[in-house]
Amino acid sequence: MSSLLFNIYIFVLASFVGFEVISKVPTTLHTPLMSGSNAISGITIVGALVIAGEASGTLSTVIGLFAIIFATINVVGGFVVTDRMLQMFKKKDDQK
Amino acid sequence: MSNFLPESLQVFVPDTVQIVYIIAITLFIYGLKKLSSPATARNGNLLAALGMFLGVIVTLLDRQIVSFEYIIVGIIVGSLIGVVSARKVKMTAMPEMVAIFNGFGGAASALVAVGEYMRTVNPATLAINDLVTLGLSVLVGAVTFTGSFIAFGKLRGFVAGKPIVYAGQKIVSGIIGLIILGSVVMLVIEPASINYLWINAALSLILGILLVIPIGGADMPVVIALLNSYSGIAAMLTGFVLNNNLLIVSGALVGASGIILSNIMCQAMNRSLGNVLFGAFGSDGTAIASGGDADYDKSVREAKADDVAVMTAYAQRVVVVPGYGLAVAQAQHVIREVANLLEEKGVDVKYGIHPVAGRMPGHMNVLLAEANVPYPQLYDMDDINPEFERTDVVLVIGANDVVNPAARTNPGSPIYGMPILNVDEAKTVVVLKRSLNPGFAGIDNELFYKDNTYMFFGDAKKSLTALASAIKEL
Repeated sequence: MSSLLFNIYIFVLASFVGFEVISKVPTTLHTPLMSGSNAISGITIVGALVIAGEASGTLSTVIGLFAIIFATINVVGGFVVTDRMLQMFKKKDDQK
Repeated sequence: MSNFLPESLQVFVPDTVQIVYIIAITLFIYGLKKLSSPATARNGNLLAALGMFLGVIVTLLDRQIVSFEYIIVGIIVGSLIGVVSARKVKMTAMPEMVAIFNGFGGAASALVAVGEYMRTVNPATLAINDLVTLGLSVLVGAVTFTGSFIAFGKLRGFVAGKPIVYAGQKIVSGIIGLIILGSVVMLVIEPASINYLWINAALSLILGILLVIPIGGADMPVVIALLNSYSGIAAMLTGFVLNNNLLIVSGALVGASGIILSNIMCQAMNRSLGNVLFGAFGSDGTAIASGGDADYDKSVREAKADDVAVMTAYAQRVVVVPGYGLAVAQAQHVIREVANLLEEKGVDVKYGIHPVAGRMPGHMNVLLAEANVPYPQLYDMDDINPEFERTDVVLVIGANDVVNPAARTNPGSPIYGMPILNVDEAKTVVVLKRSLNPGFAGIDNELFYKDNTYMFFGDAKKSLTALASAIKEL
């Protein structure tokens, strides 16, 4: 099987998993869901690491550097802000 | 050429990387699954973050990585910006935050695709499918980047919130889209000429702007959800370019999430996605409000803080309906204080939240959670609607279109058919609003003129503060 077909396989199955899992998220958590899944989309950092780490042509390394910065903002900021939101959701008013 | 591992261990790296990627994917899915309840959600987010951490660490073992200067600089700079902005952002500004983060994710994916092309020694050896996914990755990533930036600007207010339309808009966007696809085809035909990739990137950046400027500010929840999906799709396409299943799976998960959320938003507005994206909704307030000029001559009943205090304090059941106005006025803590005072007097207080209240899905829930409102008190539209009949007082705070009965009764209204919160079924409705101006969609609201409706004019925060002290004095 060609790698393209294999990748499409993975993609189709992952999409179904995504639809199943995410349709179970209650409306009250939709904002954290967005920021959290947003952070996950920063996974592209994995590709950026390889590009920035290869000491080849300068332009591609610089492109890699910016890709890392952007992806890291996305990942770190996304997870931190999601955590900040989720810790506020409380069942009872136990602050008082 | 080697990285920091001894040569004898190098042979194990490729398999190790794949195994850790599988663990990372498992953690992502398990983490998202834990988001199904507020009780486990925080844990789930941490698991997903752990998965991301493992994925990054193991990738550093890749033997193609020979220099770490750029990586270290990039991660430090990115983490600093990410942490500082994530900690400082106000909960009311969360939609902008998510929008701009999204944009960075899209930009990163597009850059990775371009970088991957440039580091390929001889691009002519790239297979057709690699070139196609590369081109599409640049397209989706760049559109996500500028589109998110415009959405950010509209939410922040430095780009006009109302739809920006001009003649032949769709045609111009369509032609640009076709040229981009043409440049992808040309790249496949002439893989060695990078110029086609630059044309693609430049036009895609413009296209992102053009696609979002005609969309009104009130429709931003859908746009942000959709751009969220795009950033996932961009990561997924980059995964195809890099032949990396971690990216493909994560991208597919995020893509699915964004699509589900955009769909929920659209259904809650009774509009198709196409209508949201191309309908330029709410562009012309005067035309839409043409239910007759007489509407504006109708009289409203005004109430002051003292009146509202009496109404609510002696009620049995009060439902609070928050909207974007609550966020603008930063009034989430004051409403919590009012609710506390009412609860002390034995009043049952609930919150009814429309799916599109605020500027992103679940925006109101986060604000109220910030103000320590226990989440079991937050009710979805379907759960709260049957309650209104036996509700004594509804406090509508900065919400407008989502409580407009015209959606049920007036087939001529642009929002006809949209599911709304039936607050008019309650015994009394108090609307906290700055003025009688129609809401973002520019539609007049007949709720304001009903016999059981009182208007409590003023800034929501000031009004609620006055209400709180009036209740205390009772």
